[in-house]
Amino acid sequence: MRHIISILIENEAGALSRVAGLFSARGYNIESLTVAPTEDETLSRMTIVTRGSEAVIEQITKQLNKLIDVVKLIDLAVIPHVERELMLVKVAIDTNSREEIKRLVDIFRGKIIDVTSNSYVIEMTGASDKLDAFIEALDTKCIIETVRSGPTSMSRGADGLHL
Amino acid sequence: MELSGGQIVVQCLKDEGVEFLFGYPGGAVLHLYDAIFHQEDVKHILVRHEQAATHAADAYARATGKPGVVLVTSGPGATNAVTGIATAYLDSIPMVVISGQVPTAVIGSDAFQEVDMVGITRPCVKHNFLVKDVKDIAETMKKAFHVATSGRPGPVVIDIPKDITDPNIKVPYNYPDAVVMRSYNPESQADPKKMQEAVDLLLTAKRPVIYSGGGVVLGEASAELTEFTQLLGFPITQTLMGLGAYPATDKQSIGMLGMHGTYESNLSMHESDVIIAIGVRFDDRVTGKLAEFCPNAKIIHIDIDPASISKTVTVDIAIVGSVKPVLAEMLQLIKAHSERNSADDLANWWARIEQWRSVNCLEFDRTSDQIKPQAVVEEVYKITKGEAYVTSDVGQHQMYAAQFYHFDKPRRWINSGGLGTMGFGLPAAIGVKLAHPEQEVVCITGEASIQMCVQELATALQYNTPVKIINLNNRYMGMVRQWQEFNYESRYSQSYMDTIPDFVKLAEAYGHVGIRVERPEDLTSALEKAFALKDRTVFVDIMTDRTENVYPMIEAGKGHQDMTLRVAPGTPVNRELA
Repeated sequence: MRHIISILIENEAGALSRVAGLFSARGYNIESLTVAPTEDETLSRMTIVTRGSEAVIEQITKQLNKLIDVVKLIDLAVIPHVERELMLVKVAIDTNSREEIKRLVDIFRGKIIDVTSNSYVIEMTGASDKLDAFIEALDTKCIIETVRSGPTSMSRGADGLHL
Repeated sequence: MELSGGQIVVQCLKDEGVEFLFGYPGGAVLHLYDAIFHQEDVKHILVRHEQAATHAADAYARATGKPGVVLVTSGPGATNAVTGIATAYLDSIPMVVISGQVPTAVIGSDAFQEVDMVGITRPCVKHNFLVKDVKDIAETMKKAFHVATSGRPGPVVIDIPKDITDPNIKVPYNYPDAVVMRSYNPESQADPKKMQEAVDLLLTAKRPVIYSGGGVVLGEASAELTEFTQLLGFPITQTLMGLGAYPATDKQSIGMLGMHGTYESNLSMHESDVIIAIGVRFDDRVTGKLAEFCPNAKIIHIDIDPASISKTVTVDIAIVGSVKPVLAEMLQLIKAHSERNSADDLANWWARIEQWRSVNCLEFDRTSDQIKPQAVVEEVYKITKGEAYVTSDVGQHQMYAAQFYHFDKPRRWINSGGLGTMGFGLPAAIGVKLAHPEQEVVCITGEASIQMCVQELATALQYNTPVKIINLNNRYMGMVRQWQEFNYESRYSQSYMDTIPDFVKLAEAYGHVGIRVERPEDLTSALEKAFALKDRTVFVDIMTDRTENVYPMIEAGKGHQDMTLRVAPGTPVNRELA
């Protein structure tokens, strides 16, 4: 099953490598990992999407908790949560395709954030499957490059992951 | 008080009460060594190879419960220390390793003797630090000792660039009494409900076994374990790391379990209905084939590390907490409980165990015209009255030591259980002897293992640490040969050495006493002579039977019920399951 593990971790050099190293050393799978400092600059928030059996996920959360730099941790997949991923897509356009692509971006509620005579850069956020659907709807021949942030996530309601 | 970085490190060690610093100098730590030169409180032990510094410090920690402390230089000094750091990590030994690093300005430039020590050690330390400001040294040192010694202990590395210890840069010194780390709170209160559930289950058990390990030694819970075991009247089996926490000579002790455990221990585990696992981690050398592990037992597990719970074996009742207070609390709960195990059930259980015990699974050929390695350990046990601190290397001799030296006290048995590090024994013996100069210290080793850190004979002379080295010399890497016999049709690929040094001359060259023993009839007198030389390191090179193997043996991938016994070499024991 897919799990979203959200971590508050000391914002120190090497903290990311401790987490990444743990996954590789113990043979756990990482589907995506995103990290950035929080409003409290001494803390970073990390979101890891991983897959595994119940037993493996239990070990992953325990081993992560054991890392000295990890302050708090939650598996969001098992509680109500919202999830968003950011994607940028650069597409080649010509006079025939520019209108059609713009309509498609509007349908998916994306934004065109850079325009040249022969290209768009499209910004899109949403759940990962929505981003997948947009890519599928595009003619693959026109895609120059894509970049995705990997999902970020937080729980619904007033409770949250904080000190 | 204004001090330089180098002086601060040394002052922190003094304030931490560190007696011995095991190390080896080099470019990146010269400022530190100059600070060491100007004081006498922290005694520096100069080893001959950095690996030995870590093993000696590690063994000092195992023998005393206090953290071992190591100082090495950058680059090769640091990488040489890694084997010893990993050894301590696998056995959860508290250790603080200070490594020099190239100056901050050149980090990352592939400078002379530069390695990324923080990166290299990350997977084999409890935590590590890179100090980037002289003002951070004292707090980092305090954190390192705190992390290394609390919760489930482990090694901590502090990497210090050379410019941080510059004698010309001085800052106010203040060693904190304590540190608070918001991300690290290792002490958890065990759940009272779980403890009650565990006691309820224990007191209704018909075929219970206590399975205890290194956590009891590390947690100083030997007295509680002993009272607990004797109050319940249950059989107790101990892991390689746990030996001594419960007296081996007591009748309730059924010996070690696992790959080379006793017949009675492994069969008791296999047929039990309730197991209480105390300070253990269900290591693969203990459990054998997981699918066949204790098939009929409910399992209770006490451990300080939540990540140890249900890691390989799923348990029924998990109690997360330090073994000592948990056992103390459970003792109270048992005393307050109205129920007791059925006396008939326990009597029947013990009767079966005595039957298994009567197989006498450790017995060996006592009429041989060759020296049997088991006989050597028995003799050492007798001569030292079972009171010695015994270190070992890794291999057959390690198993003979574990099987035939009956440890009645914790912290007496010092070996590399988890990592299985050859070369551990001699530097470990030096570390133990420094900690306990009045105690007998024996290193039981083999001719292959001893050569991995034999250079430490020089250290033993320099610091006058008279230990007794008992070399079970079978001219083979015995355990490798044994596996090749079992699994590779006796193709002894690279498991013997064509050239073995004259250990007597080697010992003498290093300034010690060497004794060679070749005939069984000379064994006792030679050992008595060696142990009579109280103030000398004696290397006793004993030519043992080349063909002897360690039994019982559970081959890799088999279950506890699938032991191979000596009585019919190579033939699995046929046994009716009751």
